[in-house]
Amino acid sequence: MSDWKPNIIVFACNWCTYQGADLAGSLRYKYPSSINIVRVPCSGSIEAEYIVEALHKGADGVLVGGCHPGDCHYKEGNHKALRRFNLLHRLLVDMGVEPERVRLEWISGSEGKRFAQVMNEFDATIRKLGPSPNGRNGNA
Amino acid sequence: MPEKIKLAYLLAGGCAGCDMAVVDLSETLLDVLPHLDIVFWAPTVADVKYKDLEAMPDKSIDLGLVSGMIRLAEQEHMTRVMRRKCKALVALGACASLGGIPGMANMHTKKDIFDTAYFDTYSTDNPEGITPQTKCLVDGKYELTLPEFYENVRPISAVVEVDYFTGGCPPHHSFVGAALMAVLEGKLPPPGSWLTSGKAVCDVCSRNPGLKGQERELIKEVRRVVDGQPDQEKCLLQEGYICLGAVTQGDCNAQCPGVNIPCRGCGGPIPGVKDFGLRAVSAIAASMADEKLVDQIDCPAKLFYRYSLPSSILGGKLK
Repeated sequence: MSDWKPNIIVFACNWCTYQGADLAGSLRYKYPSSINIVRVPCSGSIEAEYIVEALHKGADGVLVGGCHPGDCHYKEGNHKALRRFNLLHRLLVDMGVEPERVRLEWISGSEGKRFAQVMNEFDATIRKLGPSPNGRNGNA
Repeated sequence: MPEKIKLAYLLAGGCAGCDMAVVDLSETLLDVLPHLDIVFWAPTVADVKYKDLEAMPDKSIDLGLVSGMIRLAEQEHMTRVMRRKCKALVALGACASLGGIPGMANMHTKKDIFDTAYFDTYSTDNPEGITPQTKCLVDGKYELTLPEFYENVRPISAVVEVDYFTGGCPPHHSFVGAALMAVLEGKLPPPGSWLTSGKAVCDVCSRNPGLKGQERELIKEVRRVVDGQPDQEKCLLQEGYICLGAVTQGDCNAQCPGVNIPCRGCGGPIPGVKDFGLRAVSAIAASMADEKLVDQIDCPAKLFYRYSLPSSILGGKLK
């Protein structure tokens, strides 16, 4: 268990969070290698299925990153993401999934430092929780 | 139309509502019956025993219908026998295809269920703490058996390969008729598909604002059917009654919304949807005007997975 490394999926919106990740790289901010970024057009394009399927296929944590409210490139995609996330969160609690394994964050293109901070924080949270029961190192 | 085809019908874990839907075919059944040779219909209609079906040659039956989910060892065994004996196997109704209403029991452990059924309820008197056993010896010489009660409810596709799925709780009899005729006439989609028109409940619902040329508005408040009477004409979802018609197959012709009852998704997911509840979460949350509103939806797991929990990606509550 000591050499266990979490497997974390980050759905990053192309216009803000992905640019934030890019900036974090340019500025040489470090974040853990457990983070796997998937570039998506908008956080509003992330359906509940994507998040649960990721958890089901072995992710120990899933983070959705979008633009700050009011900044969405498609006007209100991030508001839609928030509504879906809130409802999915309640569903996952009912279903016995640790709610800390999924997270929604607003990270803009200029927040390279914050991107690295959030990733470090999320990695620490997941390491504390341990392997997901559905994950690659779990029993189920 | 072909010569007589052999039909077998098994009621696995269901409530026999699907059997009623087949019997409700009435006149259509009269058209179909001369072409059918019912070799097995247990335990509800024909007096044929399990051992009779087990004795039939493999692949000797043209069409097998299974309704009901798998909860007991007996149901699993008989579903496997059906698969061996039938050339084509159809999962009839929500339980067989998705797990159905009894599938919500996957939110609870077997122990929870036994505790409630045999100990905790007010009217239960069980001082010796007796629970069902798979084997028991009576008078020291008669061994009686009961099928094992499994930890989880499963749809039949978790146990055998299923050729066709149909939704509905129960499927509307006109739809059962159409499905039977399609099988008789050989007009079938590739194995593993759902027998469905492919339309959503909203597509066939007279309340749908899109069909009336009106714009769809976001939901501004969440209401429950106990809170008052919905408008007879307006879209239930738009009025705030959480209706899952957008993600449910509309082979029922939107009968529930027609009588002021919001759709609860018994028809099964529209084509292309793998997990009914998660798609419903995405669709309903996306049509809300405000992110705080979603907190007013009561018990989302049992609302969105009312008929489909065992076939969801999550499968049941993680223990």
